[in-house]
Amino acid sequence: MVKGEGCEADRLRRLRWRCRRGLLELDLWLARFADNGLETLSDEERGNFEALLEEADADLLAWLEGRMPAPEDHAHMLGLIRTVG
Amino acid sequence: MDKRVFDAVILGGGGSGLRAALQLADSGFKVAVVSKVFPTRSHTVSAQGGITAALGNVTEDNWHWHMFDTVKGSDYLGDQDAIEFMCREAASAVYELEHMGLPFSRLDNGKIYQRAFGGQSQNFGGEQAVRTCACADRTGHALLHTLYQRNIAARTQFFDEYYALDLVRDAEGYCLGLTAMSIETGEPILIEARATLLATGGAGRVFWNTSNAMINTGDGLGMVLRAGLPLEDMEFWQFHPTGIAGVGSLITEGVRGEGGYLVNSRGERFMERYAPHARDLASRDVVSRAIATEIHEGRGCGPHADHVLLKLEHLGEQVIAERLPGIRELSIRFAGVDPVNGPIPVAPTAHYMMGGIPTNLNGQVVAPARYGPEEPVPGLYAVGECACVSVHGANRLGGNSLLDLVVFGRAAGRHMIEYLTENPYPRELPDAAVQFGLKRLARWSETRGDETVDGITRELRRLMQKHCGVYRKRAVLEEGLGELAGLQERAGKITLGDQSRVFNTARIEALELENLLLVARATIVSALAREESRGAHSREDFPQRDDDRWLKHTLYHLENDQLDTKPVRLKPLTVDSFKPMARSY
Repeated sequence: MVKGEGCEADRLRRLRWRCRRGLLELDLWLARFADNGLETLSDEERGNFEALLEEADADLLAWLEGRMPAPEDHAHMLGLIRTVG
Repeated sequence: MDKRVFDAVILGGGGSGLRAALQLADSGFKVAVVSKVFPTRSHTVSAQGGITAALGNVTEDNWHWHMFDTVKGSDYLGDQDAIEFMCREAASAVYELEHMGLPFSRLDNGKIYQRAFGGQSQNFGGEQAVRTCACADRTGHALLHTLYQRNIAARTQFFDEYYALDLVRDAEGYCLGLTAMSIETGEPILIEARATLLATGGAGRVFWNTSNAMINTGDGLGMVLRAGLPLEDMEFWQFHPTGIAGVGSLITEGVRGEGGYLVNSRGERFMERYAPHARDLASRDVVSRAIATEIHEGRGCGPHADHVLLKLEHLGEQVIAERLPGIRELSIRFAGVDPVNGPIPVAPTAHYMMGGIPTNLNGQVVAPARYGPEEPVPGLYAVGECACVSVHGANRLGGNSLLDLVVFGRAAGRHMIEYLTENPYPRELPDAAVQFGLKRLARWSETRGDETVDGITRELRRLMQKHCGVYRKRAVLEEGLGELAGLQERAGKITLGDQSRVFNTARIEALELENLLLVARATIVSALAREESRGAHSREDFPQRDDDRWLKHTLYHLENDQLDTKPVRLKPLTVDSFKPMARSY
């Protein structure tokens, strides 16, 4: 395997594992996105997704469900998840 | 293999694990918390309702009334010494959280906000009490984040994204730590500690329909069974009647309160037959059993005939949009149905596990041994949903689970400090015990057959839903046990497609499946043994509670599927015992 490829695959797998959350609904949102949208992300978007995953479960779900206004930084990624998921 | 030494190791980063860890770290002990996801992503965040304590901020209240409600709610299967302990400690546990900085909602007079939950009464079954302390709708989140920050300050060491393999015990039964693997590198690690606490949470993923997050796979329960120790009362699982079928997202009773109703595959409003007056607004257990019976008798909907339909269309778009916007969104998103146009597929959904690892009220794991049925296992503790202390008995009351976490997390922490002080030196580590978990891990690198983790997991969850969900009777359970044996055999023929080391989630899911299979076995064998209906366990063939034969706990051992029992502790610590009465509300 080419070294770069290994790192790329590892990075995707790491992101997939970090989609495991404390709330079922969040698992469902993120798992669906990971299955359908993760591989087509640009480098920048992937960074955005990583940053989004650092947020607290309760906030993340509230933003996805539109119960709370999301911070500007995450708006694009949340929009993608809502469309793809 | 890498080896790390601590005074204590805590497995699980949820509320109970972090509360115990804090007790130890604040006392200067060297503590490790091992968690397969980041601790603040533990399932504790799903506890939105609050934490129950008789503070009396809204209605007159005292811990003794809370104790009565909990004993009654448990259908008299809860241990009354543990329940008294929990209810007496509740107020101080809540004030302690307040002092740690948990931002509770406030009443106008500045006191902690409390809300009313079902099953809460004043004066031993009188007027509704208002007892559950809340931090808006995110009490679990606030609790977890508060405890996590305090642990960071107290220098608890976190092993984030480590997956535990097995306990390490010596010939005399002392627990000396555990083996785990780094999910990131795939490398195993030995964490040696004189005291080990299991705080791995629930195992709802064993059912097809569950509200539990994907991490709730009963890892601590599997470890305990493989270590030759029993599990208690595993037949008791709390179900919510209406979760989205195959998804598990809960659809609140409020939907039926607004006029939504259930129909079967023939379009019949079947609740009329089960509860002629209350119909769709009957209590949770009645609705759950009615749905399960319809499905069992072949009147379920969908290609697997495994759910019924919740109809809302007749309410009209305006009412749905105004009063049930969250439900509409959930249904569109996860069931693919806009309830304005079509019915929501629903089925009973596993929510909480009352049984688990038997402990005493110090959180010490107890098991039958030479001198009695409840001898502590030296160096081994358990708290939270994975443990059975038993304060929830046959049925848990809302608001008591967060309380269970902090009261017994603290109690276990205190006792571990005593134990560590009395046992200051490490014991010799037997190599065979260390190898046990590593061999289990290594087996997943072999090619064994053409079964897949995903395939077996799906079949297991369908099997449990069908044979050991809400609808239970001997023939159905026995058939389930037979099919489970077949699945266990086929699980031995799984080959992992992905053999990479880094973040190999397929391997983690395989290890989780091993634990789920054991949880399933414990649940079915225990459900078969208990020939009565009590709390969340209801048998079609034994519809009554039978205090003469079954006012006792079951204990399941992996070896030969042995099923023992032990008495319920009916004697509280200081007050009079509550004698079993009919449980009606």
